[in-house]
Amino acid sequence: MSEDILFDFLHSEIVNYCLNNNNKENDFSSLEYIGFNTGYRLIERLTRDVPRFKDELETMKFICTDFWTLIYKKQVDNLRTNNHGMYVVQDRAFRFLTRISTGTKQLEHAPKFVFFTCGLVRGALTNLGINSTVTAEVQTIPACKFHIEINRN
Amino acid sequence: MAVCISIIGKDNAPLYLTTADMDKELELQYRVHAALDVVEEKCQPISKATPESKELYLGMLYSTETHKIYGFVTNTKIKFVIVVDSGNIALRENEVRAMFRNLHMLYTDAVCNPFYAPGEPLASKKFDRAVQKIMGGNA
Repeated sequence: MSEDILFDFLHSEIVNYCLNNNNKENDFSSLEYIGFNTGYRLIERLTRDVPRFKDELETMKFICTDFWTLIYKKQVDNLRTNNHGMYVVQDRAFRFLTRISTGTKQLEHAPKFVFFTCGLVRGALTNLGINSTVTAEVQTIPACKFHIEINRN
Repeated sequence: MAVCISIIGKDNAPLYLTTADMDKELELQYRVHAALDVVEEKCQPISKATPESKELYLGMLYSTETHKIYGFVTNTKIKFVIVVDSGNIALRENEVRAMFRNLHMLYTDAVCNPFYAPGEPLASKKFDRAVQKIMGGNA
């Protein structure tokens, strides 16, 4: 599993680069954009041998199982939807948070490790024809919830 | 093997087109554009749930006296159209499938290049060389 660790290192360097470079402590937009770009291009490769998706739910299932497994080496723990374009993806041991100690002080730093993934999911969905807004919520490390809101217009 | 290979984007903007015979480029472009209607028809979600409708390869879209036009649509709604000479009877369906598969592989590689902006025409020389190889039938 030596190749897996490279992704962790690269990710933390990206986070470092985006946040320390311009002294913008709370500007996550560039981090999200890097994720978006990655997801947009990556999904082209990942869906190469996958049959065509029938509907939105099938696409979401692909994101939660195949997509998540390929990137984070595990599936999400829970996927919920209200059937009106709102999806909640729960991962009880989110890969980028598993190396952080649990504590209130560490919790403050959690947001910077989830924004890349928000962008990644949004980029992947955009390329599959679904416009969405993705936000994340960390209540206790290492669990993480992603809220995916589909924008229909 | 093929006389024309083209890639059309999500919004039906041409991303890439190459022909074996430059003199016939206009005519072949016309064939490719005419095929887009058939592609759209085949991708309608309301069409009966036939098993093959889930496949990315769409099969032969239509044929004329001189050409056969084959289509392929990726999950991300990028369309590939290959035009083959009707006189080429030796060409089997499997070979067309293989051409699409190779083309798809090349396309994904090209998209993953960070210097390529998605939605722009594909101008990569490396990509072009590889597609020419597919067209010649020795990919």
